[in-house]
Amino acid sequence: MAMAEQVGGACPKGAKASPIEFDLHAPLTGHQARVEAERCYYCYDAPCTTACPTSIDIPLFIRQISTGNDLGAAKTILDSNIMGAMCARVCPTEQLCEQACVRNTAEDKPVTIGLLQRHATDVLLNDGRQLYAAGAPTGKRVAIVGAGPAGLACAHALARLGHAVTIFEGRAKSGGLNEYGIAAYKAVGGIAAREVDYILGVGEIEVKHDTRLGRDISLDLLRSQFDAVFLGMGLGGVNAIGIPGEDLAGVEDAVGFIAALRQGVPAPVGRRVVVIGGGMTAIDVAVQARLLGAEDVTIAYRGAESAMKASPYEREVARVRDVRIKTGLRPKAILGEAGKVTAVEFTYADGRDETCTIPADQVFKAVGQRFLAGDGASTLALEGGRIAVDEGRATSLPGVFAGGDCVAGGQDLTVTAVEDGKIAALSIDSYLRA
Amino acid sequence: MADLTTTFAGIKSPNPFWLASAPPTDKAYNVIRAYEAGWGGVVWKTLGEAGPPVVNVNGPRYGALHGADRRVIGFNNIELITDRPLELNLREIKQVKRDWKDRALVVSLMVPCEEEAWKAILRQVEETEADGVELNFGCPHGMSERGMGSAVGQVPDYVEMVTRWCKQHSRMPVIVKLTPNISDIRAPARAAKRGGADAVSLINTINSIIGVDLDAMTIAPSTDGKGTHGGYCGPAVKPIAMNMVAEIARDAETRGLPISGIGGVTTWRDAAEFMTLGAGNVQVCTAAMVYGFRIVEEMITGLSEWMDGRGYTSTADFVGGAIPNVTDWQYLNLDYAVKARIDQDKCISCGRCHIACEDTSHQAITAMVDGKRRFEVIDEECVGCNLCASVCPIADCITMEPIAGIDPRTGREVGHGYSNWTTHPNNPNRKAAE
Repeated sequence: MAMAEQVGGACPKGAKASPIEFDLHAPLTGHQARVEAERCYYCYDAPCTTACPTSIDIPLFIRQISTGNDLGAAKTILDSNIMGAMCARVCPTEQLCEQACVRNTAEDKPVTIGLLQRHATDVLLNDGRQLYAAGAPTGKRVAIVGAGPAGLACAHALARLGHAVTIFEGRAKSGGLNEYGIAAYKAVGGIAAREVDYILGVGEIEVKHDTRLGRDISLDLLRSQFDAVFLGMGLGGVNAIGIPGEDLAGVEDAVGFIAALRQGVPAPVGRRVVVIGGGMTAIDVAVQARLLGAEDVTIAYRGAESAMKASPYEREVARVRDVRIKTGLRPKAILGEAGKVTAVEFTYADGRDETCTIPADQVFKAVGQRFLAGDGASTLALEGGRIAVDEGRATSLPGVFAGGDCVAGGQDLTVTAVEDGKIAALSIDSYLRA
Repeated sequence: MADLTTTFAGIKSPNPFWLASAPPTDKAYNVIRAYEAGWGGVVWKTLGEAGPPVVNVNGPRYGALHGADRRVIGFNNIELITDRPLELNLREIKQVKRDWKDRALVVSLMVPCEEEAWKAILRQVEETEADGVELNFGCPHGMSERGMGSAVGQVPDYVEMVTRWCKQHSRMPVIVKLTPNISDIRAPARAAKRGGADAVSLINTINSIIGVDLDAMTIAPSTDGKGTHGGYCGPAVKPIAMNMVAEIARDAETRGLPISGIGGVTTWRDAAEFMTLGAGNVQVCTAAMVYGFRIVEEMITGLSEWMDGRGYTSTADFVGGAIPNVTDWQYLNLDYAVKARIDQDKCISCGRCHIACEDTSHQAITAMVDGKRRFEVIDEECVGCNLCASVCPIADCITMEPIAGIDPRTGREVGHGYSNWTTHPNNPNRKAAE
């Protein structure tokens, strides 16, 4: 079915459809990439590039693919977005570049920019050629908190500018949400880690893992030991729903479940699963549960479908895999027997004086994450609960910059985090050279 | 349904679609398949003189110029005339003609420039009861090194001489196939007519190098590391061929001489275009080699539909129909002016019209209007050149519309009268206005 194809129903040719190896965006073959690349009109002042938060020169890289210059295409991508490989997989392209594609106007079928970007970046990562080198040393040292997309993008740009970078990462691995927070079917083949390795391959970037701000190091310490600091620690807290029964066995944080699955920790799924939430994580965990064998998966969202943060495309990804999406349901209580979850009770958002229950032996909470300022950033000015930054991503403290999900006004996307890191690196460079 | 029957140089065929002398007509097997598919006639692949036949290379004989999605736009070959024994070809020709009396069967010939050689082979062909002969004065590769093919076609005196021999020694219609590898096609056409030719056919292939292998530093097709120029054909040569056909059709000396149009004919529309420029029928090779013989079905039905729509009952109704409107530049109406018009409902905003005009022409198309991406023609700058319409990916989105009154670009009155270069004040050789 055409729709199934559009929402990533296909497996790569010859690939096994094992739940953990399932690839939502199966790669294009070389032939498919050439054919698709030929569809690009090479627009003037291309709307796709304008729509890209990192302003990748999309017509150029697609033209390079069409002429057999895949490595050149990859360089065009990475020059603007060093996380081009993961962004090709996790970007909501249907709301960004592909929505802007002029092919939509006449045919309702954009050039599949995301898949082409994946093609080019895959070729580069498989080739292994390092396109970037650290710049001539400036003698300046920059501390970065968080080895996620914002921190890595910032580190890479700073290293190229000649600054020595030390990244402090709270977890055991680098990559941030790409490594811990994205469904496995969007990042098969260890792509997140391979991309991190490629980024660090520029040199002059040291990563200290298991080193958390607020626990192992403090902002004051970093400020005293480094010439500048970039904060890209993301969102440390998982929101609770605040209803009875959240502590029953079988009730889990979606974020923790996805992280465990990504790290190869056994993550059993129930037969009847209810996911509470309406964002990307809710979709990720629901689809992941279905792929792992859950018979019946329901996403319950409190508002209208149009208010869900998960895009129409993401919702379609879930629906074609038999995930039921029910809207207008507010969780009232999680019910259980003998300490184990049995159902979730909801009230209706439309005010009806009724409740309904959905049977469940596993419940995932996916109601968002929040910034934990207490974790070492309490001296910074906040805005809406996240770090306030100016256009150059400077915080209220001199020499301290921030970007990614932990700053106010973000879109909680990998691609915007990368752009934050890029912009902050340029600001830091100006600051250090001033 | 329109009657597609044609009589070309006295040779009848059920439709004007013939297969050109080439690999598809090298033996009975192929020719019978072609007739079964519906082709109106074939020109049997060129026969040489008796004796050991020519040999072909055992490496690749063909090369292609590909467009989007590897569509074959141009094609070249280094194949020689038939490499099968003369007697075998003659035997098959005789049998095929006996079995397919309603189809045209013309035999292509190429023997050394000696009267006896031509006389001998004509006698043998006549015995097959084939409908006519076509003199191959066109092949630009291989045979031309031996003083045949285009080596003859490039010397009008030889063309005339050999044509005269053929008319003297045969009662069959003689079609002279012309090479385009010459500066003025009218010279060999006139020579053919002087020699008594019943018709000319054109174009044969164009000297070409289809591509360079950048790894092996040789040209394609390559035989053990070395390449030679080949004959170029396919859709890319159609415009060149049509000009040459029209030149002959409107030349005072050759007017009325039947022309068989050859060069990139792929669809019914291509055939109709050639025929309106004076071709009595068309010959096809590359399209059949790329898609197989069944393409003739599209040609037959398409031409028939078009003729019905125009009220034509036979091909004679439109052959040469466009010739009165083919003229010299000096007679084009300089009082006629057009402006590009962009249909905003069809526009997909790719901006290609803008950048083409802005970078390479007359800066006559906007990119932005009132702060919005919008492409509009600036009449004060538009010279009506048609570049924008040519590069627009959407059919009929940009059209060239005649204007009457004051041309905002020149401030001069246009659109009412007729005046041309011969009387233009800027022409130092102008004639006095009458």
